[in-house]
Amino acid sequence: MSGQWYKQQWLAVATMFILLTIIWYLAALILNGNQLIKNLERRQQSWSYSQIISEAYAVKRPALPAPHQVVAEIYKSVFQTKVTSKRSLLYHAQITLNSTLLGFVLGSLLGIAIAIGIVHNRTLEASLMPWVIASQTIPILAIAPIVVVVLGAINLTGLIPKALISMYLSFFPVTIGMVKGLRAADKMHMELMLTYNASARQIFWKLRWFAAQPYLFASLKVAIASSLVGAIVGELPTGAQGGLGSRLLSGSYYGQTVQIWSALLMSALLGSLLVWLVGFTEKRMLARRGGQ
Amino acid sequence: MLSTIRQIAAVILIALQMSLVVTLENGFYNRHMGLLAVLIMALLLSWFLLSGLTRLSDVGGFRSRVSKLSVPLIFAFMLLLVWQSLVCGFDVPLVLLPAPTLIVTAAWHNLPLLWADFQQTYLKAVVAGYLIGCGSGFLVARLAVRSQFLQNGLLPFGNFMSSIPIVGIAPVMVMWFGFDWPSKAAVVVIMTFFPMLINTVAGLQSVDPLHADLMRTYAAKKSQIFFKNQLPQAMPFIFNALKLNSTLALIGAIVAEFFGTPIVGMGFRISTEVGRMNMDMVWATILVAALAGSASYGALSLLERMITFWHPSIRGVKH
Repeated sequence: MSGQWYKQQWLAVATMFILLTIIWYLAALILNGNQLIKNLERRQQSWSYSQIISEAYAVKRPALPAPHQVVAEIYKSVFQTKVTSKRSLLYHAQITLNSTLLGFVLGSLLGIAIAIGIVHNRTLEASLMPWVIASQTIPILAIAPIVVVVLGAINLTGLIPKALISMYLSFFPVTIGMVKGLRAADKMHMELMLTYNASARQIFWKLRWFAAQPYLFASLKVAIASSLVGAIVGELPTGAQGGLGSRLLSGSYYGQTVQIWSALLMSALLGSLLVWLVGFTEKRMLARRGGQ
Repeated sequence: MLSTIRQIAAVILIALQMSLVVTLENGFYNRHMGLLAVLIMALLLSWFLLSGLTRLSDVGGFRSRVSKLSVPLIFAFMLLLVWQSLVCGFDVPLVLLPAPTLIVTAAWHNLPLLWADFQQTYLKAVVAGYLIGCGSGFLVARLAVRSQFLQNGLLPFGNFMSSIPIVGIAPVMVMWFGFDWPSKAAVVVIMTFFPMLINTVAGLQSVDPLHADLMRTYAAKKSQIFFKNQLPQAMPFIFNALKLNSTLALIGAIVAEFFGTPIVGMGFRISTEVGRMNMDMVWATILVAALAGSASYGALSLLERMITFWHPSIRGVKH
């Protein structure tokens, strides 16, 4: 790839970004403006377009806050409040991050374990694989609140229930990816191992494990994004315990739209950061083995 | 000979375990711990039963089809039996985990209610949102493939959107579109749009250069190239997105209902029954959601087989 191509890519992304921002501002103007006009007409006051335009970006509870309002809210709740305070977005992001990471680690380990079992044991494959796939057609996220409530009933609160939901969501992509990956070893290499009379364990550690790594990282990226979704949805029923999910819910209860959007933007940043981290690790790991 | 004896023993023990669960009073493990031995033996022997059936699939023909179907079913049945035995045997409180039989009874007694919820959530919100989301994702992908600039701008954005929790948009949509199903459909549209876009672009670009050259040699029109070459090539990718989206759509609609609904809908049912601690009803709703999710996924898989019958991954499957 030449530098020329990169420039074009950068230009296109920048154009897209500017376009989206303009659309956002226009949408905010239309939605909030209509809100204002309704309110004024209800009080039988006269209004002019110039007045609406000047007021639309400063409504207290806008239908759609303008980008600068959201950025200001994030700035206020990240840099101008103590990290330990309940008003700090960093405090909530850290709670969400904890359960995301714990669930991600547990889910990945479980997924790898199931994949190893499936690859080495045909009975396990025949009985488990259809259900691994079926488990994902069940909208598990929908029961996330129940898991949290039920575990709360036996005094299991805080990190563990949310991490369990993240784990359930993240084990699937890892299982599927690893089953593919552990079987992706080069046929010639596999035959060489058999020629050397290698045991199943030796074949695993010397060949299969390395053949599976590109597949593993591809599925880890999907898994960590799902973990974050699981953690956020798991936080919905536990408003008091904090987290980005509880910020979303309390914001929607009290009509604090700016709070909702700042929590949304924060979780978007967190999500892309986590996926980028996995990608970065992947590049470092695979580069050692001559990967691109 | 030995394996046959093991398999017969497995069937006998499973039947014994079932009769124990049906006849004994709840809490029988609390009174006689020794009865657990029957369950453990039944589990161990059923493993032999499963291995025997798995080996059948090597024979090929009708037997392998029987094996492919029966092994997962027996596995699931064993799981349900363990669940039922433990919940009944240790008298686990209903709030924690109801027995499978209780869930099915609750579902059976509340069929009209569950059907109304299903109509509200699935037939209105999910179907509408899914069609709009997947349709627009497909159309935008078709535009993006034609223009390099659009592709450069859209794809990183699409990838970014797939790494963030889009479900979080639900409260905003409820504010904009009100409590009824259109707000849920809007969440579903946003959730399904990006997977469709990314997959369709990847699919339309997966055309073999040789095929593209051939089309050009035949002086094919743009539309002909699209319908005769690009679209068939993209079908496996498109179906991947469709299958993924069928689950995403259900999740989006149910989670959006946690943020405000009229007094009907699966998400509403789950959250209110949890509040009343009617766990059997909650699980019955989950059962409906699971059936709906699996049925949509299965139907899409069947459709995929019919449409992409030419694809090696389908042709290679022995029926």
